[in-house]
Amino acid sequence: MGSYIPASAQETSELLDAVGIASLDDLYRQVPPEARIDKLDLPSGMSELEALAHLEDLADKDVRFRDVYRGAGAYRHYIPAIVKTVTSKEEFLTAYTPYQAEISQGVLQSIFEYQTQMCELTGMDVSNASVYDGATAAAEGLLMCLDRKRGTVVVSATAHPHVIETVRTYCASRNVPVTVVPAGDGLATDPAAIAAALDATVAAVYVQSPNRYGVIEDVAAIADAAHAAGAKLVQGFNPISLGILKTPREYGADVAVGEGQPLGLPLGFGGPYLGIMCATKDLMRKLPGRIVGETADAQGRRAYVLTLQAREQHIRREKASSNICSNEALCAMTASVYLAAMGDAGLRRAAELSYAHAHYLADRLGELGFALVSPKPFFHEFVTTVPGDAAAIEQALAGKGILCGLPIDEGMLWCATELNSKARIDALIDALKEVGLS
Amino acid sequence: MKLLFERSTPGHAHTILPELDVDMPALPEGAARGQRPHLPELAEIELGRHYTELAKQTHGVNDGFYPLGSCTMKYNPRVNEQAAALAGFADIHPLQPACTVQGALGVMAETADALAEICGMDAVTLQPAAGAHGEYTGLLLIRAYHLERGDTARTKIIVPDSAHGTNPASAVMAGFTVVSVPSNAQGGVDLDALRAAVGPDTAGLMLTNPNTLGLFDPNILEICRIVHEAGGLCYYDGANLNAVMGHARPGDMGFDCVHVNLHKTFSTPHGGGGPGSGPVGCKAFLSRYLPGPIVRKGEQGYELFKPEKSVGRVRSFHGNFLVVVRALTYITMLGAEGLPEASAHAVLNANYLMKRLEGSWFVPYGELCMHEFVIDVAPLKAETGVSAMDVAKRMLDFGIHPPTMYFPLIVHEALMVEPTETESKAELDAFIEIMDRIWQEAHEDGARLHEAPLACAIGRPDEVGAARNPHLRYEFGDLS
Repeated sequence: MGSYIPASAQETSELLDAVGIASLDDLYRQVPPEARIDKLDLPSGMSELEALAHLEDLADKDVRFRDVYRGAGAYRHYIPAIVKTVTSKEEFLTAYTPYQAEISQGVLQSIFEYQTQMCELTGMDVSNASVYDGATAAAEGLLMCLDRKRGTVVVSATAHPHVIETVRTYCASRNVPVTVVPAGDGLATDPAAIAAALDATVAAVYVQSPNRYGVIEDVAAIADAAHAAGAKLVQGFNPISLGILKTPREYGADVAVGEGQPLGLPLGFGGPYLGIMCATKDLMRKLPGRIVGETADAQGRRAYVLTLQAREQHIRREKASSNICSNEALCAMTASVYLAAMGDAGLRRAAELSYAHAHYLADRLGELGFALVSPKPFFHEFVTTVPGDAAAIEQALAGKGILCGLPIDEGMLWCATELNSKARIDALIDALKEVGLS
Repeated sequence: MKLLFERSTPGHAHTILPELDVDMPALPEGAARGQRPHLPELAEIELGRHYTELAKQTHGVNDGFYPLGSCTMKYNPRVNEQAAALAGFADIHPLQPACTVQGALGVMAETADALAEICGMDAVTLQPAAGAHGEYTGLLLIRAYHLERGDTARTKIIVPDSAHGTNPASAVMAGFTVVSVPSNAQGGVDLDALRAAVGPDTAGLMLTNPNTLGLFDPNILEICRIVHEAGGLCYYDGANLNAVMGHARPGDMGFDCVHVNLHKTFSTPHGGGGPGSGPVGCKAFLSRYLPGPIVRKGEQGYELFKPEKSVGRVRSFHGNFLVVVRALTYITMLGAEGLPEASAHAVLNANYLMKRLEGSWFVPYGELCMHEFVIDVAPLKAETGVSAMDVAKRMLDFGIHPPTMYFPLIVHEALMVEPTETESKAELDAFIEIMDRIWQEAHEDGARLHEAPLACAIGRPDEVGAARNPHLRYEFGDLS
């Protein structure tokens, strides 16, 4: 059996003697006998070698694709080598939340740097230290806009389905009505339809751009509609896209939320990921979760601390802006290291390569009869028709180490990043020709 | 320490991505970004040294004793990291066909089954990303249960005054109002107060057992019975599960649902505040409300399904999967005997510390504690002026992360000490010596301790100033 307890039998008996009990079992004498158990019905423990072999056996049952053309909320990008080197440092990996600022300046400063980078990326004024993922960021982003007079929200159906589902869950429990406005032409949000859904009860509108189909939305028009009705605009964004695309601030968003996974986090079967939340200055005190601020010690030395804690659950309890406590700190640090390694030029290159590869991919797929479903501009994802049986295509390509686009109701949702080079896309097209399409 | 942005030099860079290999189509009109982001320009060595410097100013579990009450800062095994880094886990897409992720689904199924057994529950979701997220999810199950029965009057959640702050905050997020019940003289739930609080409006009770004073409530069966007889359900906050693994199970105590913190009890690292993972277990009658999808064994192997009356997703995809991999590695290694042994030693270590310290320090509750105990510094403060804050800050000078301060709220000068099972007798003895020394210092020159820490990179930061005049990002000014 495995153990991480640094105690010899001799030491254990010394501890028992000092406590004044005869056996470890005596420690549980306060527990009513009806609530005691003799034994867990689990396999026996094992050595490190055996345990790792068991996990390796499981990992070997998963298919790791050489080429991934699937995004839909989880994107495979290149992760610079230094990212993992930094985030595996034991100090960063194992530290608790930095409540003791005097011995936590390293992690506090890294969060301050992260907040700065998120503000720069989105153009917004303030950022928190992260929430769980993009979907909970969207839900919290809408809830923070509620006030006494405005208690409903409007969401465009072109948002990621998991975002919509999570928003519905979070809003249902607070009795906040959610209106989901169906997509208009070309898999895009119709600003007029959003405007038509607004009234004096609506606190905020959520739109995601690029949307779940990859389409670049007319966010400015949607922001104008929201603001004209006295509502806030919460925009979902893809952080890589902001290397070349307009920022939420430039569109007029009041709150910007995003799934931070593309910034250096592996696909990891869906988590842990990173919920990015930024807002305008006016909404600073409504942001949920931890926030780091700069201050000084008595000698005037620069110092960083967790701040504005009057918003948080451990101070405010039932009056807190959210219940969030643990967040995704190490994932935020990952994003920060990623952006520092890439720099503006590197981020821009990642965005350009993703954009250019996706458009090249769309052209080449078009040659084989996978026609674009929407004429609207897209970033690095797009939907095509499927000239054949989607499941059969998926299976045949899987045999060649390729994960194709995601079959969805509207067709097939493809994605390309800097990893899908011209040569690999050409190989995909050859593979598609080989497997046939029906 | 310089900020990333203060280390930046125009022209420094790290070559990561290749040149464009296809044409770059023009961006649609009006879609291009205007203002470029200020991101630092750094060579890789500059980046590496920056973070090495930050790491030196960060106290991790391997930097010294970390007796942070209710946080279970146990050792984070290396093999967990190795397992989570396996490409078959780290590089698979969450929307791959089920037949290509049988290993990952197997990880989820094995972990869920093990947690169900450890907690005495029937079904488990791994979707919640942290403890508070798990609380919220568990309360949604309770809400759904009452609503489906048409029992719309059950709007109140009872929370003891010793509870974690997340409990009342989660209850409000789940649409409930909070009723606080006081603790009795022994630090447990006051049964009379509980009987007075329950009624037809009771949706449920949230309880940590052992509680935040480190005490196992001997009335636990009666507590759950009172709530159930009033028509409410019982929620177990698993923050303190490390005390009882393999010795007592929430399900056998009478609880209907529970969350566990993989980043506490199951040895996954805290990452400076996250990511954690807060799986939720429940009895069979609540399983139809669980967030979907969850894993089950089908004819073609493992498959994902959504329970029929699911409360809906609480986040995207399947939860913090790579954290789950780490926890499964730990559970696999310790197994049926190792988990109870870990808990017993966590409790033994806490009792040893408590016995050795209570000669001079005041421990208000319990002759026998569980995995943690609370010191009340109030008598020392009355005598010397030295507060819990002063004691905690002085510990920093000795390379020790202080206990949780000023919590639970019912002990005003609280230091909540949780040593965990992964500390040796020598470590515990060293801590006792330091506590003795601080005790002496308090009596000899208490005023000096108001200045502590005396040997850290910074002194106590001005937190009031930080909140009054929030400075939440680096300002680049006109030059950049």
